[in-house]
Amino acid sequence: MGKTLFEKVWEAHTVRRLPGGQVQLFIGLHLVHEVTSPQAFQMLRDRGLGVRFPERTFATVDHIVPTDGTRRPYPDSLAEQMAAAIERNARDFGVTLFTADDPRQGIVHVTGPELGLTQPGMTIACGDSHTATHGALGAVAFGIGTSQVRDVLATQCLAMAPLKVRRIVVDGALRPGVYAKDVILHVIERLGVNGGVGFAYEYGGAAIAAMSLEERMTVCNMSIEGGARVGYVNPDAATYAYLRGRPYAPQGAAFERAVTWWTSMASDADAAYDDTVRFAAETIPPTVTWGINPAQSVGVDGRIPSVESFPAAQQAGVREALEYMGLTPGAPVAGVRIDVAFIGSCTNGRLADLREAARVVRGRRVAPGVRALVVPGSQQVRAAAEAEGLHEIFREAGFEWRHPGCSMCLAMNPDRLTGRQVCASSSNRNFKGRQGSPTGRTLLMSPAMVAAAAVTGAVTDVRSMLG
Amino acid sequence: MASQVTIVRGRAVPLRGAAIDTDRIIPARYLRTVTFAELGAHVFEDDRASGGHPFDDPRYRGASVLVVNANFGCGSSREHAPQALMRWGIRAFVGESFAEIFFGNCVANGLPCVTADAARIDELQAAIESEPQLQLTIDLRQMTVAYGQRCIQVSMPSGAREQLVSGGWDSLGQLLEAGPQVAATAARLPYMRQFAAV
Repeated sequence: MGKTLFEKVWEAHTVRRLPGGQVQLFIGLHLVHEVTSPQAFQMLRDRGLGVRFPERTFATVDHIVPTDGTRRPYPDSLAEQMAAAIERNARDFGVTLFTADDPRQGIVHVTGPELGLTQPGMTIACGDSHTATHGALGAVAFGIGTSQVRDVLATQCLAMAPLKVRRIVVDGALRPGVYAKDVILHVIERLGVNGGVGFAYEYGGAAIAAMSLEERMTVCNMSIEGGARVGYVNPDAATYAYLRGRPYAPQGAAFERAVTWWTSMASDADAAYDDTVRFAAETIPPTVTWGINPAQSVGVDGRIPSVESFPAAQQAGVREALEYMGLTPGAPVAGVRIDVAFIGSCTNGRLADLREAARVVRGRRVAPGVRALVVPGSQQVRAAAEAEGLHEIFREAGFEWRHPGCSMCLAMNPDRLTGRQVCASSSNRNFKGRQGSPTGRTLLMSPAMVAAAAVTGAVTDVRSMLG
Repeated sequence: MASQVTIVRGRAVPLRGAAIDTDRIIPARYLRTVTFAELGAHVFEDDRASGGHPFDDPRYRGASVLVVNANFGCGSSREHAPQALMRWGIRAFVGESFAEIFFGNCVANGLPCVTADAARIDELQAAIESEPQLQLTIDLRQMTVAYGQRCIQVSMPSGAREQLVSGGWDSLGQLLEAGPQVAATAARLPYMRQFAAV
């Protein structure tokens, strides 16, 4: 019987067994950002400890940075305090930091892969729940809390219990106008927001194999929204082509040796899984959320569901969601008016996302009364998009063209909704208040669908707008 | 070695609803801080703004056990969420289920999260609602929650339970003990030497 990538990586990184069934797991790459790390560095100071492997630790600023070009010192004194803290911590502990004016800066889950830091067969940890993004390259990547950030800083290890592995197979080919975002929203809708608790999700099948690495990142990114802390795709030729030549990837003959090892870490053809779930790509529509968790979604040609259409145990939650969102059961989801359109985030802030959105926007105008913004995921994404002229397409249409950061995904910087605004958003969470207004409302969808909503002023089937 | 956590006793506050996420527990704007010290004042702030929240109900003042439904603490990895609850006064959680990262963050702070099925949790919440002075006793050795004349069996993954009961929930001390074994594991990983030829 063969093994899964998860099992192989787990075994290769096991330092020793701990009491109670946990293991001490070595972490090959630790990514750090300004929100979840300051308390961890302070804990090291309190205990007189250093960073065990500073050369395997990379820090960036992403959550709090203004995206309108505002420079240091930031007008928000709390944001300034956090930026100063990570600079001091990186300096004191010998950790590489990508500051907001560094060409390598961006959202931590965008920059790791694009710099070639993220590699197959690695264990990766970051104090951020969307760390599973890095699994798109065949890494086993964990989102962790601040106490665990402290643990990894001090020991390069985590105390972890093993996960089960569920293989999620997406057979066939996606239809035009259907994107990786629709795939993962559909998977979460079917398996539920807690269906993945205790599991690593291994995504495979023809539709996943046909995806670019950026698309695979979108799928893996939202694993946590389905309850799964880890999500990954086995590395293949596309993975190696993506990594070749990136700054932190192995170079020359070492790259070929790396490919041999990476390939050996992929799941065996006869690997055993704890569970397997299959989806048919042809049946997945462009998908839009209507509620307050990412499983509450429907195809764009569908209708807002009624409370009664759900099992009794879910009805209270559905009623709460519909009341918060102010949506009418039975009404088509297409046509729901929006106030704000947000393209960006670690889920969908990469070059391919901006290209697909620009295809929709080209030659059109943002609808009157709609505020639309594009926030590239990194400095490199921004520069590459500008080299292609995408920024001009967006600006001519009436979009704001911003600097990189997490921005309106969670509104820790000045980009936020006000009042009960409705936002068509390419981000990952539609929780109550998520986008910065306690009563703001979020509709999750693909970047192309956000672009379509921006120019029509309402949820729109992007398939009707693609030539 | 941290202190052993075997029994938590206290009054409880019931909080009904599935998938209460960490953005609701502590809104992101309060993450703009370099300490956890001030978080207790803002726990559930936006939910509480609309009134009628159990955390503002004087009958539950002084409660130290939070009784919740399914998938509590889903979403972000922010340890600010259990920190905010802890600083409000919560010392343990009883619920249908907990999100994985939230659960780990609680254990790392010595806060037990035990589970029981939906019917048992509903009964427990109803019992507290009708008698807010009810004392709960969570016993991690027996894996029970006792209240009034009732005593229900509860669950918790064995590794986490062991950490709390033995006082090993501060994982850093344990991880530091491995010493040279960490270097040996690192040396076996080809990427740690940049795939240099052997």
